[in-house]
Amino acid sequence: MAVVKLNAVGKTYPNGFEAVKPSSFTIADGEFVVLVGPSGCGKSTLLRMVAGLEEITAGTLNIGDREVNDVDPADRDIAMVFQNYALYPHMTVRKNIGYGLKNRGTTADTIEAKVQEAAKMLNLTELLDRKPSQLSGGQRQRVAMGRAVVRDPSLFLFDEPLSNLDAKLRNQMRIEIKALQRRLGVTSIYVTHDQVEAMTMADRIIVLNSGEIEQIGTPAEIYHSPASTFVASFMGAPPMNLIEARVEEGEIRVNGGASIGPAGRCPSGPIQLGVRPEDVELGGAGQTPFDISIVEELGAHRLLHGHLGGQPFTVHVGKEVAAAPGTTQIHLKPEALRLFDSQTGKAM
Amino acid sequence: MTEISQPLEKATTPKARRKPIKWSVVGDHTVLILGAILMVLPVFMVFATSSHDKIEIARNGMQFGFGDQLAVNYGKAMFEKGGFTDTVDGSLMLMNSLILGFGFAIGKIIISMMAAYAIVYFRLRFATLAFWVIFTTLLLPLEVRILPSYEAIQRLGMANTYSGLIIPLIASATGTFFFRQFFRSVPEELVEAARIDGAGPVKFFIDILVPLSRTMIAAIFIIMFVFGWNQYLWPTMITTEESMFTLVRGIKQITQGVIDSNDIPEFGQALALSIIAIIPPVLIVLFFQNWFVKGLTESDK
Repeated sequence: MAVVKLNAVGKTYPNGFEAVKPSSFTIADGEFVVLVGPSGCGKSTLLRMVAGLEEITAGTLNIGDREVNDVDPADRDIAMVFQNYALYPHMTVRKNIGYGLKNRGTTADTIEAKVQEAAKMLNLTELLDRKPSQLSGGQRQRVAMGRAVVRDPSLFLFDEPLSNLDAKLRNQMRIEIKALQRRLGVTSIYVTHDQVEAMTMADRIIVLNSGEIEQIGTPAEIYHSPASTFVASFMGAPPMNLIEARVEEGEIRVNGGASIGPAGRCPSGPIQLGVRPEDVELGGAGQTPFDISIVEELGAHRLLHGHLGGQPFTVHVGKEVAAAPGTTQIHLKPEALRLFDSQTGKAM
Repeated sequence: MTEISQPLEKATTPKARRKPIKWSVVGDHTVLILGAILMVLPVFMVFATSSHDKIEIARNGMQFGFGDQLAVNYGKAMFEKGGFTDTVDGSLMLMNSLILGFGFAIGKIIISMMAAYAIVYFRLRFATLAFWVIFTTLLLPLEVRILPSYEAIQRLGMANTYSGLIIPLIASATGTFFFRQFFRSVPEELVEAARIDGAGPVKFFIDILVPLSRTMIAAIFIIMFVFGWNQYLWPTMITTEESMFTLVRGIKQITQGVIDSNDIPEFGQALALSIIAIIPPVLIVLFFQNWFVKGLTESDK
């Protein structure tokens, strides 16, 4: 268990490519932090720097009260779960789990006891004498977890551990990992490109884009108050609607139409207006025309795809709201409107 | 496989029970059988001839039938001391050959695995260059460097020793190349997992890489053992004492010795030794083949 502190940690490759711009954040003891972003955003590099598999070229990294920039991965008191599990194919499950302990000079009796304990926790007891090739994807994933758990580290690192599993198993393992982490109370860093995993598992989410931190916050903060249009469009499915609009005399207008809502203290000029698809009401007091072109029926709810002021727009309604292609009036909840700078994309 | 299922279907109609002759199968088998006979016949002739006495062989040449001297010839070939010094017999030469074969194969595997390990896993300057330099030595067979090698070994006082026989031959570009290709196919994450598990370079090599490479090791062992076993030129140069002779070399020595003394050469014994010389490589191939094929089909990585 440990606090992890990154102080302006950055990575520049010898060829001059800056994979991770200097980033600073602190992870509290026992916290589950998810690094999320599109491929190539530097999230894996950041994780690998924490693991010690990648050299840190700028800043300092502390795990616990120790600066570990130059500490070997084996001595950082961490455990890592890899995307393809990285199990040793020639060893049985028992040996796979116990290998890290064996290398640390633990006695055979203690190893056996700890392996049994970890196996029990992960329902692997019957599989201990199998080889990885005789296991299913989910079981392999659990062995990889067991290998991490058995060492009793102060920090767990997960590198997209669920991306090789099918959708159903992924949902199940998501809950198992989260529950395990809660139970053990070990500080964890989890890398994923799947925003659903990020939202459901994280205590705090760090959104990365091209090597830079876009936003750090709880899932609710990230979802409801994205710091930039990038975060707004990356998190949430379907993503937040982003449309070109203008602020005139304190009112937001799209294509010179009627006022959509008050702009607060935002100065006049072009802006990007963001609104979540579910923060829109059909009919009623609405006075913004919305052209529905496609209705996606999803059982519990419907997604209405169409155009607002000539720009693509999606509305999420409950199953009790009837909708058909055609023009209808909608109402955007004023408190749910998010304004972004039209140039930089940052929240205003 | 298809032949097995057909009789079951046709069992209901007794008339159609006789399988139609598949001419393509007959053709295939004819070719295969002819090929097999072509390959085995010389070996069989050597074996048959080795059961005749030397006069019979000298008079009638190679034989197809068996004679009555089988046990005598093999016994003499294996256990009768021969040569100028009367110190060497077949069993000693067999022993020498086995030492050369195993030493050669095992030495080559160890050296080339370690070379490949260094090239693939350590951030060495000029590692690629080093690899290609090693690789180009494939173009230089032993025969090219045989004089300098002999000179060096001679001066080191290693002539007529097993180490002198084996060590100059164990550097292997082929082995290094195969192991390099194999190591490069080992997933990077396995290396990283081992690092986090606290396995240093030596532990990683012994605990992970060697067990993973065991099919590769078996394959290279087969090739290298046979290659080492059949070495002729280098043992001929480096061993002058008869007690160090290898089988392949000794076969010639048996006939050579008697030709000089104007007697009829002991062809029977020489052929018996040839047969004995064939057996160990065949056994090695049979033994490792099973493992090798299993390893190839049952992907473990």
